[in-house]
Amino acid sequence: MNKIWIITKRELRAFFDSLMAYVMIVLFLGFSGFFTWIFGSDVFLVGQASLQSFFGISYWTLFFFIPAITMGLLSEEQKSGTLELLVTKPVTDWQIIAGKFLAAFLLICITLALTIPYYITVAGIGKVDHSAVLMGYLGLLFMSASYISIGLFTSSVTNNQIVAFLAALFIGIFFHLIFGLVGGSSGGWFASLLGGLSLSTHYESMARGVIDSKDVVYFLSIILAGLLGTELILSRRHSSN
Amino acid sequence: MEVSIENLSKSYGFQKAVDDISFKVDTGEIVGFLGPNGAGKTTTMKIITCALAPQAGDVKVGGVSVQQNPEEVKRHIGYLPETNPLYKEMPVIDYLHFVAEIQGVPKAKIRERILEMVNVCGLKAEKHKKIGELSKGYQQRVGLAQAMIHDPEVLILDEPTSGLDPNQIVEIRELIKKIGREKTVLLSSHILAEVEATCDRIVIINKGQLVADNTANNLRKQAQDKEIVKVTIEDGTHEEIYQALRAIESVELVDVLPRNTMAFEIQSRAGMSSRRAIFRMCADKGWTLTEMTPVERKLEEVFRDLTVTGNTAGH
Repeated sequence: MNKIWIITKRELRAFFDSLMAYVMIVLFLGFSGFFTWIFGSDVFLVGQASLQSFFGISYWTLFFFIPAITMGLLSEEQKSGTLELLVTKPVTDWQIIAGKFLAAFLLICITLALTIPYYITVAGIGKVDHSAVLMGYLGLLFMSASYISIGLFTSSVTNNQIVAFLAALFIGIFFHLIFGLVGGSSGGWFASLLGGLSLSTHYESMARGVIDSKDVVYFLSIILAGLLGTELILSRRHSSN
Repeated sequence: MEVSIENLSKSYGFQKAVDDISFKVDTGEIVGFLGPNGAGKTTTMKIITCALAPQAGDVKVGGVSVQQNPEEVKRHIGYLPETNPLYKEMPVIDYLHFVAEIQGVPKAKIRERILEMVNVCGLKAEKHKKIGELSKGYQQRVGLAQAMIHDPEVLILDEPTSGLDPNQIVEIRELIKKIGREKTVLLSSHILAEVEATCDRIVIINKGQLVADNTANNLRKQAQDKEIVKVTIEDGTHEEIYQALRAIESVELVDVLPRNTMAFEIQSRAGMSSRRAIFRMCADKGWTLTEMTPVERKLEEVFRDLTVTGNTAGH
């Protein structure tokens, strides 16, 4: 656990030192703030004291931002050779993977924490469904963790950040959109299977304020699959390169 | 803590990078690891440091196998890779702190160790700069500092002095020698003079195979079973001296050195020495012997013999 935290600390510092974290936070707050308060189906247009519009827009902004955070996590280290040096230190592959995953996840947590003023503001305007807001945030965190896991995996596959970014988006868009669209537009067992794989369905049910163990299991499986895939790639690099 | 490489093999695809290599490095010993480019030095070092898994054979560090217990092995090894990969965006001191933490240096000792490394490696003025801003030589020092920060029992250094200026090279060599008195050091280098100056023993590999494992002196002797001396004889004519030298029983070959007409290079028959005979001959004839030096084969030639003949034998 201690080793994981050492790696997490370094990655977090790297995020902030490279200004990556600041750009990400400013852009995210800008986008979500703009669409929550000023434009489109914002809080005032809907006329309800709820953060539904915020959760709706965050669903998409995080989808694009997370691959940008994760793309360099392993690909850069493989390219510069620092990963090779890191694996000669007394850490396991799992500790490296967990440390990097945690760093990206904490960055998302920090970013989302900065939107708590939205919640306070909305709560000041009218009656807010507190549990719905809590669930909404939880949904965002689960979704973020899933995409971080996918992004970490694509970052382990290549030495090129851009390839890692695009590959993460490519895999992500299936969960984000395509499975849902296909599942909803046709019938049969296959369509319902795809519908079940769609991240949007699970996210929306959470954003509405309902927590189901099925959703939790779904997100945890994606996270685990991504991390296992990453470990597989890393351990194969050991034995072949 | 000794390192023993036991019948180690590793291939990339069809190409054998390391082919059944065995040697040992004992505690308090500095071993130089030589070989032409692509001979398998770096691969061997990667396997010792657990960056790569061996395909056959094993490496034991202090009796612990790199395959069975890599975590334990890694704790005792300091490694400087050939490419010296560093986190370029980190300040030197933060980087050393990170490495110290990950190597499990106790918290209370981290500061002290960092300061010591900064002093030993001459990084005092640069410690707050970002690594990427440093020159190649200073980055090399950071690489050395990170390898030694946890005071490892075993140091594996892949071309430790590359990119350093002559003064730094001398300093680093002294440092390695000092460490080598108590610790186990394996270092690779292209500079033969450096290996000769720092190492107690030399291991040479070629095309993945071990071709020599001995001290520099023994290697030279092995390669040179015939005595060669250079002599300068005055007070006689060139032709006379030449003929007289050839007449000595133990002399096999007399070479006239072009620049100085009175100098000759004399190769004796195997296992024989002609030095006394040459002196007596001069005394008998009334000539003056002004120079007699044994010609030592250079390590470079030994290295060439071992690695180039290996090449041609394959054709």
